[in-house]
Amino acid sequence: MSEHAIAAHPETPARTLLFIWLWLVGITGVEVFLAYMQVAPLLMLVILVGLSIIKAALIMSYFMHLKFEKLSLVLWLVPALVFCICMMLIMFFPDSVRLLHLRPH
Amino acid sequence: MHHTDQQAALSSPWSGGVSPFAMGSKKLGMWLFIISDSLTFSVLLVSYSYVRFANPDWPKPFPFFNAITFSTMMTVVLLFSSLTMVMAVAAAKRGERGKAVPWIIATMAGGALFCGLHITEWFHLIEEGVRPFSNPWGSPLFGAAFFGITGLHMTHVSIGVIYLGIIAFGFGRGKFSAEDVEVSGLYWHFVDLVWMFVFPMIYLMSVKY
Repeated sequence: MSEHAIAAHPETPARTLLFIWLWLVGITGVEVFLAYMQVAPLLMLVILVGLSIIKAALIMSYFMHLKFEKLSLVLWLVPALVFCICMMLIMFFPDSVRLLHLRPH
Repeated sequence: MHHTDQQAALSSPWSGGVSPFAMGSKKLGMWLFIISDSLTFSVLLVSYSYVRFANPDWPKPFPFFNAITFSTMMTVVLLFSSLTMVMAVAAAKRGERGKAVPWIIATMAGGALFCGLHITEWFHLIEEGVRPFSNPWGSPLFGAAFFGITGLHMTHVSIGVIYLGIIAFGFGRGKFSAEDVEVSGLYWHFVDLVWMFVFPMIYLMSVKY
């Protein structure tokens, strides 16, 4: 394998990394605040998963350098993962809500 | 085979002459592992969400003060260890072995502290009567879901601390390259990333008011 075929990434400035880290801590703070405010469970789940996806995207893009990898890698890995997770959600999750309605009250 | 044919064969993706996605095989291997491990955690978290919503008597054993503040502290510790790992990778890429190793050790300290805090949390719940298949408050599935998911994550953190120890030792002695540090960094950030889903879904969805 030839060494020159491996791409070198530009170094991300420490200030940018610190800025991203502060964003991650800030979003965590928002999540904790939502828990303190007693938001309804299903709405809470949707908001928390949404915020967690934003945090995951920040970590993958900057800390894991995915932003600086070849686009083909991102297009190979991310849609496959998203597809599998969607399949799990489509197949399983609606039943959990349906079960609630089947319970005797 | 003619000389030009040989050259053509070596430069094809099937002969090892070209690095797929312009990255080293270790890094690509780690990315593939991360994607497969993401699916393991996804299955657990989707299953957890299922039982969480299908059971109206789901236990809420975490009071805001101090269980949620405590787990928030654990989250910040793990996030901080990701920042030190980023610094380690940057120093390693610059060839500054003397700076990279202390950053890796700081990351390990963050991981060890996280595990210590988490074990404390576990013992606290065990003292309150939570077991894998029973608890004093409601759906018996809570214990299995909590210990299963957080336990698997803590196993990943523990393995990460050992992995980073090996990398710090080897990199400090010049046996490992900057790419090895970067690959271990990918693993560590993944462990952090998983906690970004586990913390809100397990803790913040079960707050006792």
